Amino acid sequence: MKKHINTLCFMCSVRCPIQVEVENEQVISIRGNPHVPAMKGGVCPKGVAAVAALNDTQRIQSPLIRTGERGSGQWKRVSWEDALDYTADRCKAIFDTYGAKSAVYCERANLISDISKSFQKAIGSPNHFTHDTVCKGSINTACRSMIGYTDGQINADWTHAKHVVLYGRNVFESVEIKAMNSFMAALEKGTKLTYIDPRVTITAAKAHDYKMIRPGGDLAFNYALMNVIIKEKLYDAPYVKRWVEGFNELSRFVDPYTPEWAEKETGIPAAEIVSLAREVSRVKPAVVFHYGYRGSHHPTEVYFRRSILILNALMGSIESKGGLFIKKGLKDAGYKAGLRTFSSQKFPEMEDKRRFDGCGQDKFPIADPAHGVGFMFPHAVIHEDPYPIKVLFAFRYDPLLSNPDYNTNLKALQKLDLIVASDVNFGATTALADVILPESFFLERSDPLQMGSGLKPAINRRIACVRPRFDTKPMWWIVKQLADRLGVGQYFPYDTAEDIWKYQLADLDIKIEDFDETGFVSLSDKAIWWDRNDGINFKTPSGKIEVVSDLMESHGIPSLPAYQPLDRQPDAFRLMCGRCVAHTNVMTQNNLYLNHLVPENRLWINERRAEELRIADGDRIEVASGAGKGEMRAFVTDLIHPEAAFMLHGFGHKEIDSKRSYGKGVADALLQERLYDRIGGSPALDHTWITVKKL
Amino acid sequence: MGDYIITTNPNRCIACHACEIACKSEKNIPLEATLGKIVVLGPKMVNGKPKMSSVFVPCFHCEKAWCLEACPTEAIRRREKDGLVYIIESLCVGCKACIMACPWHIPQWNSETGKAIKCDLCMDRIDQGLEPACVSVCPTDALSFGRPEELSDKTREAYAHGLLERNLSATSVRL
Repeated sequence: MKKHINTLCFMCSVRCPIQVEVENEQVISIRGNPHVPAMKGGVCPKGVAAVAALNDTQRIQSPLIRTGERGSGQWKRVSWEDALDYTADRCKAIFDTYGAKSAVYCERANLISDISKSFQKAIGSPNHFTHDTVCKGSINTACRSMIGYTDGQINADWTHAKHVVLYGRNVFESVEIKAMNSFMAALEKGTKLTYIDPRVTITAAKAHDYKMIRPGGDLAFNYALMNVIIKEKLYDAPYVKRWVEGFNELSRFVDPYTPEWAEKETGIPAAEIVSLAREVSRVKPAVVFHYGYRGSHHPTEVYFRRSILILNALMGSIESKGGLFIKKGLKDAGYKAGLRTFSSQKFPEMEDKRRFDGCGQDKFPIADPAHGVGFMFPHAVIHEDPYPIKVLFAFRYDPLLSNPDYNTNLKALQKLDLIVASDVNFGATTALADVILPESFFLERSDPLQMGSGLKPAINRRIACVRPRFDTKPMWWIVKQLADRLGVGQYFPYDTAEDIWKYQLADLDIKIEDFDETGFVSLSDKAIWWDRNDGINFKTPSGKIEVVSDLMESHGIPSLPAYQPLDRQPDAFRLMCGRCVAHTNVMTQNNLYLNHLVPENRLWINERRAEELRIADGDRIEVASGAGKGEMRAFVTDLIHPEAAFMLHGFGHKEIDSKRSYGKGVADALLQERLYDRIGGSPALDHTWITVKKL
Repeated sequence: MGDYIITTNPNRCIACHACEIACKSEKNIPLEATLGKIVVLGPKMVNGKPKMSSVFVPCFHCEKAWCLEACPTEAIRRREKDGLVYIIESLCVGCKACIMACPWHIPQWNSETGKAIKCDLCMDRIDQGLEPACVSVCPTDALSFGRPEELSDKTREAYAHGLLERNLSATSVRL
């Protein structure tokens, strides 16, 4: 008997709504949820490849306890009972000496984050961080400093935008299907796309105007755009008057940053900057300068992201049709309460609230503690700053390969007393673990409900489509079992996913059955916009868009510091990293189909520079930085700026149980130095200089 | 292509290859064999601008099918009702004559079974009123499946509607 089940994908962090066709416990096909029109019934290659991931015998098939050296791939299969007892006993012994704060919990932010955070609160550790800190810590900080919302609480109105400017935001390779299709339909109706990136991507090839900017030049480019917009009075004057705090300071600040000045810093002709400023202004406020993601991660990133938001503010496009919007939730849709959370329970007072990363505290006073600064983990472990860290819970997250400076990360992990990993597959960190508590694949598990905030808010549900193939469990079950054994099980009042759903919905008049037909419960038929003349609820102290930011100034951080020119190293390349359509982060390189589609990464270098180094396309090369070196193949091309080099993120796997991806390509983390944005909290993933030579 | 045609809209194609993977995964085709293939050119610089284009190439289901005529065991047949050319697996002896005969080498080799395989445009899905797997999975609707006359109607209408829309709005601006 064939069944069609509506659930949420998890091959990447987008979590598209999908429909899974199941017969006799086998997944026949995966398609976009037909009840969500913007999915157009399709899925991306990662979504299709989920079936191979489900049935992959290279998955972690049972709880494992390490028997050989860390990373040796020598494991003992154990029962869940034994694995959980072992973990809890080791934790108890360590906590007796060093306290529960010696345990750090990291994860890829996901549907069980509320439960993960509750676990740390219950055991009494302030130390939790998410993967978001790597990709978008500074974007988050920039957004909160200006509008009082995180980047996760805003989005772009792709459908109605008339001009979209993207900075390395590679929408047609990162493939958030709903947004991508809405945008593609807009492009067909005449929306303009300006794409700015030192490297040509698929998105560049779809753009009306592509600008091959010098790596790191985006901030200078934006200051020059502002200079033109303000001098020529191209901004939305009533909106700016009503909503923008610090416009006069901004006018004075950008005065010296002329297009001619920016031309020298960016390589983009001054006339092109002027014409872009004029062009976008003509269609304001239906303009999107997109604030994220990937690309241009430099030590000044928080100011670059703020500059993007300022451009939107000048266009009057924040909370305007065709611009950016603030996502609306249950309360905006007229509901009195939200989803009930586990982390809002009353937990015992922590004896030491200092975080390992100093996030929201001394080291990163204005970065977001909800995600932390995971980049600081090795520092905290190696230097025992602010105290000894002994335990890492790496749950569906791979800090070794995801964070810059692989060698230092490895040193820190080796210093730990206990690494507890939970994942579907063997990742770099998982392979070093002392104990592995394998998670069921997303097609095999039900998860807590997801609040889908947006113009039309909805609540979405992931539900198990097939029984687990192997001896694996959902993460919420694993966490509860550990909590039970550590004496804090009372904060996890559930036995089944249904119990969790009922708990979440306790304050709402929505039933579990309401999800059965479509997989979601829609909370509003029409798009919810606030009145842009008087009704925008900016969550800053002034209630306005703070170009001069209270959050920053009150911590002694300047809102508009003078521009620092980029350094030059004529013999080196500025290493950039990024994504392709086949892979998510460090998680999919071993997938049967995705590995076949893109099996390894190569170093993109400009053909002129390659010729000087006598490197031909496909040659084996050595790539080196201050952090490490590796060997890979060169991709010689005119599709990249001469000063830049580029490699796909996520390769260079060395875990021997992942046989397809083992030893393929080089990890960008191996070369990336420990450079970071000291204000925003992001690692400066695109700032390392590398040298390249032919082998 | 029998009574059907698959067309590619290169402006919508993002070269993601979901079409190929769905075919392999759902039709249980070995990794190395690609029945329907998306052929992509670029991105490459053309007069200083990055450009790309693509076209999907499944089996053409030729009216004069070289593979069918070359097959010594009559394992390759043509379906009367819609002209689709397909292989009856149990009759294939693995001689590869079809692969050699086809000017595009469309039939592929299944090393696991030692038999030839080819795109049958997902006859089973068509019979259920569904589109071929490659078309139905496409996340951007870059692939379209149908009868040539339907596609022609759709294309003409879409193009003309765009023109008319622009005409109307131009008039309203003048007024």
